This record gives sequence, C-alpha cells and structure tokens, in this order.
Amino acid sequence: MKLKLITAVTAAMMAAAPAMAELTFSALSYRTGPFASGGIPFADGYQDYFTLMNERDGGIGGERINLIECETGYNTEKGVECYEATKGSGVLVYQPLSTGITYQIIPKATADNIPVHTMGYGRTSAKNGRVFSHIFNYPANYWDGASIAVKHLLDINGGDLSGKKVALVYHNSAYGKEPIRTLEELAKKHGYELTLLAVDSPGQEQKSQWLQIRRERPDYVLMWGWGVMNSVAIQEAANIRYPMENFIGIWWSGSENDVLPAGAGANGYKALTFHNLGSDYPLYADIEQYVKSTGKAAGAGDQIGTVLYNRGLYAAMLAVEAVKTAQEIHGTAQITPAMMRDGMEALEITEEKMAALGLPNFGPTFSVSCENHGGDGFGAVKQWDAAAGQWAMITDFFQADQDVLNPLIEEDSAAYAAEANITPRCE
Amino acid sequence: MFYREAGDFKTSYVDDNQTFPIKFDRYRYYAVLLIAFAIIPFVLNDYWVNAVFLPFLIYSIAAIGLNILVGYCGQVSLGTGGFMAVGAYACYKLMTSFPDVNILFHIIIAGGITAAVGVLFGLPSLRIKGFYLAVATLAAQFFLVWLFNRVPWFYNYSASGQISSPERTLLGVAITGPNAPAWAMYLFCLLFVAASAIIARNLTRGSFGRKWMAIRDMDIAAEIIGVDPLKAKLSAFAVSSFFVGVSGALFFSVYLGAVEVGEVFGINKSFLVLFMVIIGGLGSIFGSFAGAAFLVLLPVFLKNFLVAGLGWPTDMAAHLEFMIVGALIIIFLIAEPHGLAQLWRVTKEKLRLWPFPH
Repeated sequence: MKLKLITAVTAAMMAAAPAMAELTFSALSYRTGPFASGGIPFADGYQDYFTLMNERDGGIGGERINLIECETGYNTEKGVECYEATKGSGVLVYQPLSTGITYQIIPKATADNIPVHTMGYGRTSAKNGRVFSHIFNYPANYWDGASIAVKHLLDINGGDLSGKKVALVYHNSAYGKEPIRTLEELAKKHGYELTLLAVDSPGQEQKSQWLQIRRERPDYVLMWGWGVMNSVAIQEAANIRYPMENFIGIWWSGSENDVLPAGAGANGYKALTFHNLGSDYPLYADIEQYVKSTGKAAGAGDQIGTVLYNRGLYAAMLAVEAVKTAQEIHGTAQITPAMMRDGMEALEITEEKMAALGLPNFGPTFSVSCENHGGDGFGAVKQWDAAAGQWAMITDFFQADQDVLNPLIEEDSAAYAAEANITPRCE
Repeated sequence: MFYREAGDFKTSYVDDNQTFPIKFDRYRYYAVLLIAFAIIPFVLNDYWVNAVFLPFLIYSIAAIGLNILVGYCGQVSLGTGGFMAVGAYACYKLMTSFPDVNILFHIIIAGGITAAVGVLFGLPSLRIKGFYLAVATLAAQFFLVWLFNRVPWFYNYSASGQISSPERTLLGVAITGPNAPAWAMYLFCLLFVAASAIIARNLTRGSFGRKWMAIRDMDIAAEIIGVDPLKAKLSAFAVSSFFVGVSGALFFSVYLGAVEVGEVFGINKSFLVLFMVIIGGLGSIFGSFAGAAFLVLLPVFLKNFLVAGLGWPTDMAAHLEFMIVGALIIIFLIAEPHGLAQLWRVTKEKLRLWPFPH
C-alpha cells in the first residue's frame, strides 16, 4: 500500500514536470559527499555560464536554456537515477563529472542517441570517434595528462629521464588507474622507473604511501587524486618535507581547495591544466554584471575565478559553442540531442572564437572530427604560490606525445569495439 | 472482518501448512503477483525500471539473503558488499568466458560460486559469535574488494579496472546491455525475486529454518537437542551467500551494466543491506521487501518531491534527504523495534478482530 502511495505521488509529480520547450541541459553535479569540494565550484561555473547566456543573449540562437540540476553525490547508482530522470526531457549533452558514472552511461547514451562530453576525465580511448560515436573527451584526456607531466619532467631534466624514479600516487579506482598504462609505456621509452602507490577512496588515510615515498625518495611524484585525497596528499608531502616542485598533480588535483589547507607547506606544488587561470577576462565582467550582481549566481556565488569554477565555465562554453555549430549545420535553433552530437563532432575552437567570447587564450585551440573526439591533447603546467595565494602558469600549452598515445588508444578502443560488437564508422 | 478464519476449513495437512493460511491474505498475494507480472510490465518506462524497480527488486534479494543469515540464524554479517562483488565478478567472468551459455545460468552459477565463498568465510562462525563474528565478516568485505581491485584477471586486464556487462539475451530478448528493453530487465529480475522469496520462505519454515532458528535462539541448547552447529551455520552461510551472490550478479549485469568494485560494493553496501534487514524486520521475508522498499524508494521519492515538486536547490534537498531518512529510521525503530514486518503483523492481528476488539 505504502509502495503504491509513493508510486502514485511520484507519478503525479513526474507528470507535473515542465514540458520541453527550450534547449535543455543537465548538470549531474555533486554538491554533497566526499568530493563536494571539487563538485561545487565546477557546478557553479557550469551553471553560471548558462545563466549568463540566458540573461545576456536570451539563450543560444534565440532559444532559452533550461538547466536541470541533479545531485549525484559522486555515486554511481544516483548517477543512473539522474540520467534516467533527465533524459526524457531532451537533454542535449551529459557531463557526468565522474569516471564511474561515465562508464555507466557510455553504452546507454550511445543507445539513446545522446552525446556525452567528458572533459578531461572518463574513458580515454573514447577519443577514438570511430568506435565511440557519442562520447567526446576534448580538449585533453588522462593519457595526455600523463604524457604532459612526463614531458615537463623531461624539459626540466634536459630531455633525459633515464634512471630517475617516478612514483604515481593514485585514487584506487577506474579514474586513478587510467594513466598507469601510459606511464608504463613512457617508462619504456624514457627509461625512468615507475612506482605505483594506490590510495583507497576517499583517501583520508595515506600514511603508509607517504612513508614509502619517504623511504624510497622517488625523484618525482605524480598524483591522480580527487576531493579530500588531494589535500591530504599535499599535507602529507609537506609533512615529510618532500620537495614540492617535484610533486605534480593531474588537473583534478590542482584547485585552491587542495593546496590551501597545507598553508606555506604547499608552496611550489605543480599541477596540470588544460585551461587558463584567474578571472582576468572580459567575460568575467559580464558574469559580474548579469549573473552575480543580479543574485542569479549558482550556489553561494563565492567561487568565481577559482580553478574548478573556470573549468565548469569552460565546459559550458564548449557545450554552447557546440550548440551554435549544430544550429548552423542543421539550420534550426531548436536542436535535438542527435543534432547536438553532429555539432560536437564539427566543433572548432579557434583563438578568434575565444577572443570574441571574451575568453582570449583561455584554452588550447583544437578541432573535433569524426575520427578524433579528443582534440589535440594540449596542456600546461601551473605552480602554486602560497604567499600570493594563487596559481601561476609556468609553461605554455604544449602537446602530449601523440606517437605513444595513439597506438594505446587504438588498442583500447579496439578491445571495447570487440566487446560491445561495434563496427568502426567514419569510412 | 478482513482476516477471518471462520468458515475457512482446512481438510488436509497441505492446506493447513500453506504459506498464507488465511483466504484474504492468499488472494492478496495472488493479486500482488498478478499485478507485478502481468500489469506493471506494460505500464513502466526506463525511469521507473532503472531508478525504482530494479534497485528495489535486487536489494530485496540481497536483503532476503542477509535476513536468512542474520535474522534466522543469528550470525551477524558485515560482508554483504563483498559477497555481492563475488556474484558480480563471477557473473562477469562467466559472461565473458562462455558467451554462448544463457545469462540465466550464469547468474545462478554466480550465486553458487558466492555460496562457496560464503561457506569459506563462514568457517570462523563455528568458533566466534556476535560482534566478533561481525569483525571476521568485515575482514571478508575488505579482502574481497581488495582482491577484485588487485588481481587484473578478475576484470580481464582492462585499463580502468572496471567490468562492464556485454549484451546477453534470453529467448531472443536482450536482458543486459544498453539495448535491453525496460520490461525485459524488470521481468528478469522479478523472476529471480519471486523464486528467491518462495525458496527462502519454504526453507525457513522447513527443517533447515528450524535448525537455524534453534541456533539463533540458543546454540548450546540447539546442540543438545541434536542440531549440528557445523551444518546449520554453514548451510545458513551458503544459502544466504547464494542469494546475495545472485543479487550482486543482477546488480552488475542488469542494473548498472558497469561496475567498479570499491565504489559499488564497498562497506557502505554492507551497511545498507544490513539496515534494510533491521528496519524491515529480522527473521521475516516480508520484512526484507519492506526494508528494501523503505531504503530504496524513500530517497528517490524525497528527491523528486523536494527538487522537482518544491523546486529546492539540489544540495539542500540532498542534505535534507539524509536527515529525513535518518529521522524516520529512528522513529520507526522506536515505535517498533522489530521492524516494519512487526508493524504489518500487528496490523493484521487488529484487522482480524476488527471491528469487534474482543
């Protein structure tokens, strides 16, 4: 009886949900749980950009944007629930912001003909558009990240890493395991010695891993962490007086939240990034004027200009540009998810485009094609200045070692194609 | 008035011993089965199946399994998540190694493998009891999750360590994979739920169940009257793990489709299923369903109500959800320490006499 009552009430509410009329986006965000420190700024940036589009431009191409937020708590089951709950309202693109949820919805979204954009996370081999028709991971992926980190190490070592010891501290999950294959491959090429140190989720307990680092003294430590794991790792590194400039995190381990708790100890910590820093861009004036001062900012509105806010904003910007491309291709403002997919596949980000948006030099330039869903793999290295309390770019955007990565991507996607019975397209 | 025994004469032992001896109850049970099998499949959609029915049905199997161990045999277990993982990984290895064999058998065999693993980890129960046993099963939980994370053979050496279920069909209809129709997934799980409930119900009121309950109530007395604790405890572990393994296999192959062991089958899952059993009612098959329904449906309902219905921010709704579910658990357990099943039992007793209380 109780079940039926709940069923009836929920059904009534589902029926009362607004009918689709505009361009619908979903934000599968996580403002709660152990990864909320990363989820909140990303979600704020993502939403604020759409709010700005609505407030300043009246939507995209005259169609207003309807953003449905759904809380996942970084939990796969809730992610599935969110996906199923929102897909019926015509969501144009999913950005799950969780590797676990991404793996769930890769086959589902492909079957439902809805594109998925996993920007800098998710399944790396989804770059191969011949196999993954609906999954996009431009502008950079984890294997690019691994290669960029190694390239940076090569740069500061005069091009030679032979005999050096590199340790990888990683989140013991699909996310953290992603770079291992690439790092092993690069170890063969450059002759460094790789040590793997797994940290179990959520990562509050890392004493033994850092004890091992203290004992073995690797020359460099790379980190694939997220949420609370980052700040704990940086604190532990500071505690054992590990030289911070030899400690490099992936782009998900490089926000203000990660370094601030360690105070001055975090000074010199490096992290990767595939977009620029700070709020010194013309677009941020518009956000101040149309979004923040009108009280429409998402969340508490205190994240503007932080690393992850910028990333969420960047993700939304790429989505909006893909919508514009799709509208051009299909000659209609009211696009469907299938059209959105075409738009994403034809997306081109140029320097002029970014400048016109008020975000000059905000990210690398790239173009997406049927074969290449992952961009060109450009990234940069930034460093934390604890005294100034901000990140600073220490390199330009440079490209990952595509000669090593492409065969790996080919191999992994071929395995997926065989497993899922996919015939490669783009002939 | 409703639950009347008057006039309902039993003329054979079979009639006298049936699961639902009261006519009204029996017809209600048939009606539920009819609705579940013949009506719901025609009206549901993807959302209802993936967000409501599949988790409810699959958790029900897990709760039935754990209820046999904790509720009927009195052996506290915190290893449910680990045993579900065994079912899931066994199912994955079987699905990928023998693609021609029907998925139905894979899931049953996965349950069998889990039963064997369960017996192995049940061995300490012969020496230790209560909280100490809980700690021993907790070790199983951590060991199994660690094992599936550590040994690449279990996930077929995939780069990410995730397992994902390929498409498998039953009678030509896809059951797993992205193209499986909602009704097929629902009916497939419902079949397992119905079978599990019937098997569990009949096991627990037969000689096996009586032995388990004797062990639960006082193991020394049980041993004196001739119950072999070795057989009774290990059979409880085996049967319980079988159901838990089946639920893990369904959870992976039909419901989620891709699984990462640490996140999906972590210690939280063990607690969740244990809470279902405690809230639903220890030692009751109906309680397993009630507990699963309570903990699966309530959060989904609250979320829809607070976010879609009232338009509140998602983070506030998520926090409130924790508070409301937590408060309700406490209220229910204070009002009725024996769980939802006991509330149902009391209601039935009252209805039997109603409208004349004497």
